[in-house]
Amino acid sequence: MAAKRLNMRKRYEALTRGMGWETTHQPMDKVFPYDTYEGIKIKDWDKWEDPFRLAVDSYWKYQAEKDKKLYAIMDSFAQNNGQLNLSDARYINAMKLFIQGVTPLEYGAHRHYAHLGRHFRGEGARVACQMQSIDELRHAQTQIHTLSHYNKHFNGMHDPWHMSDRVWYLSVPKSYFEDAMTGGPFEFITSVSFAFEYVLTNLLFVPFMSGAAFNGDQATVTFGFSAQSDESRHMTLGLEIIKFMVEQHEDNLPIVQRFIDKHFWRAYRVLGLVAMMQDYMLPNSPMSWKAAWDIYFTENCSALFDDLGRYGLRMPKYHEVATAEAEHLSHQVWATFYNYGHAAAFHTWMPDVKKMDWLSEKYPNTFDEYYRPRFETFREMEAAGERHYINGLPQLCQVCQIPMVFTDVLNDPTMVSRRVSIHNNSKYHTCGDGCRDIFEFEPEKYIQAWLPVHQIYQGNCGGSEVSEVLDWYNFQPEDGGEYVGSADHQRWQEWKGTAESVSDDRTQAHAS
Amino acid sequence: MAINALKDYVDNDRDAVENFHGNQVVYIDWDKHRLFSGALAFPLPPSMPFAALVDELIPSVWGSHPLFKAIDWGDVEWILDDAPFSPDRAASLVENGIGHKSLLRFVTPGDNGIAGSGS
Amino acid sequence: MSTVFLILQDNEDARPIIEAIDQDNEGVVIQYQPGMVRIEAEGKLTVNRDTVSELVGRDWDVQEVHLNMVSLSGNVEEEDEYFKLTRS
Repeated sequence: MAAKRLNMRKRYEALTRGMGWETTHQPMDKVFPYDTYEGIKIKDWDKWEDPFRLAVDSYWKYQAEKDKKLYAIMDSFAQNNGQLNLSDARYINAMKLFIQGVTPLEYGAHRHYAHLGRHFRGEGARVACQMQSIDELRHAQTQIHTLSHYNKHFNGMHDPWHMSDRVWYLSVPKSYFEDAMTGGPFEFITSVSFAFEYVLTNLLFVPFMSGAAFNGDQATVTFGFSAQSDESRHMTLGLEIIKFMVEQHEDNLPIVQRFIDKHFWRAYRVLGLVAMMQDYMLPNSPMSWKAAWDIYFTENCSALFDDLGRYGLRMPKYHEVATAEAEHLSHQVWATFYNYGHAAAFHTWMPDVKKMDWLSEKYPNTFDEYYRPRFETFREMEAAGERHYINGLPQLCQVCQIPMVFTDVLNDPTMVSRRVSIHNNSKYHTCGDGCRDIFEFEPEKYIQAWLPVHQIYQGNCGGSEVSEVLDWYNFQPEDGGEYVGSADHQRWQEWKGTAESVSDDRTQAHAS
Repeated sequence: MAINALKDYVDNDRDAVENFHGNQVVYIDWDKHRLFSGALAFPLPPSMPFAALVDELIPSVWGSHPLFKAIDWGDVEWILDDAPFSPDRAASLVENGIGHKSLLRFVTPGDNGIAGSGS
Repeated sequence: MSTVFLILQDNEDARPIIEAIDQDNEGVVIQYQPGMVRIEAEGKLTVNRDTVSELVGRDWDVQEVHLNMVSLSGNVEEEDEYFKLTRS
């Protein structure tokens, strides 16, 4: 009789345990220089438990299977000109933002999990990070492959890496990730595996991807869900690392809570982009940002933190602000991009009558009171041939780097929320308590922020004229601005053989 | 608190006023008029007279707001860095106390934006 | 007791898994949304290897659940015989 196969736990232990050793030529602290300075104390790395026990042989087998399925769908999407089955070409603009803003983060995650895969002292944690590093590379690659099909037919997707390094609005996701990467390994893994992946990325990869399917994008929903199938493992890693840290030493609890507070807020601010994708860039939305927030944050995270309460952890600071903002966020972010549409590498537009009515229905407490009057004014200005763009550059938050546009939703939603901190006699402006606290805990870090607007004024971005800066971003003339009348729009009309209902809709809006 | 880092940390203020080629950054906002989504940033000479800011700079940017023409500048209230402020039109920004990264807001009493919506 | 959930892609491969969950977990709520199926349960949700194997007519490996998984919430227990989400 053949030897009995080891069970799953034993197989995984065989893979991850006993492969490390106490170094003798160099002290352990020199070999692993990064995993102690944050103050996190680990007494016994062997207590690390991987809830997912995917050994290398099954890892490759299943990942290969996932890729095979995904590439079959991508190929058939391309061969059948799947873009023609989209609900509307406006949708593609969400994908432009995706490849410019999200895909570079996947690649950043790949690099940094590789770093963690070298620098944690415990072998179990190292193996988990190495696998995640490979996953993240797969995500970046599958996203590039899927979206390359759209790049053949639509503008704005031609140079995402260059743009990610330079463009004002892409400094928002980039600076969040770099903030995490320039922390120690425990801060990074709390940030990305827990605050971002466990607590928040469902909002991007579940309701938004479901929305992509609803709008006819089979290719994107497939890469989204394929990536997310890895994400479930990552989320579980995030939960494990949190529990592991607080179980290892009582001194770890306040540090872990601070990491959670900080990175929940940093990651949440980035998700403002997703809120706008969900409500405005999906031509037909099966679910609003607010509804998605209620399910994937409020419900899910209350359950999660009820569970974590036994370790002494509580909900992230200012989560109630984020929840109150859920009724405003997408509108404020979309209005901002509409204002600066001439300086973005995707198109913006005003919602049509049907969409505005949907927004009124989904946002009964806010849309008609605060946003409809603004959007109707924009439409009137557009009809009069004066499509509104701001002739100036925005003040940015020193921490999240988003223009200072968020309002004080808990007290007066018409007033901008602002905080100012003084450090070495200089002023630093932040968009609210969340970013202010982050700044004030480590001002030395954030005073170095590369704020795109200030960099332009310092002469570091190709010139002082907007057109020179856009050249430096490598924007092409048809990459941004108003959707109506754009090259993308015209091409779509030619394909569909319609003169488009936008103008009809506009006429109705003004007649009513 | 001092930053927790492996090595000595260099205090590097990337936006020190010296980096702006003689200008200082001033933020300006029109309260409750979110047709302009937030405050704007301008690199301005510290010697610029306040009058030039009101008569030239502000109209060149906010002039496209449908309610801008109706502003009665005699009624306008100014807020500088969160405190009420009475500007001297003839004096320079610096003489008016408007420094690097100051936030200057103007408020139009009775006008709370389009249909009172804060836009 | 609080809710756990498992979200699977809405495709052929996931169907027997969903059916197995439905059989083995009393009171689960199954919602179909574009491209995905969300399965919610109070406190505990189990995918049993033997139930799925019976439904697909071959030896089904618990880890195959990863192929179609979109998201989950709860503490994961993964063993040869079952994949379980719990939250007390």
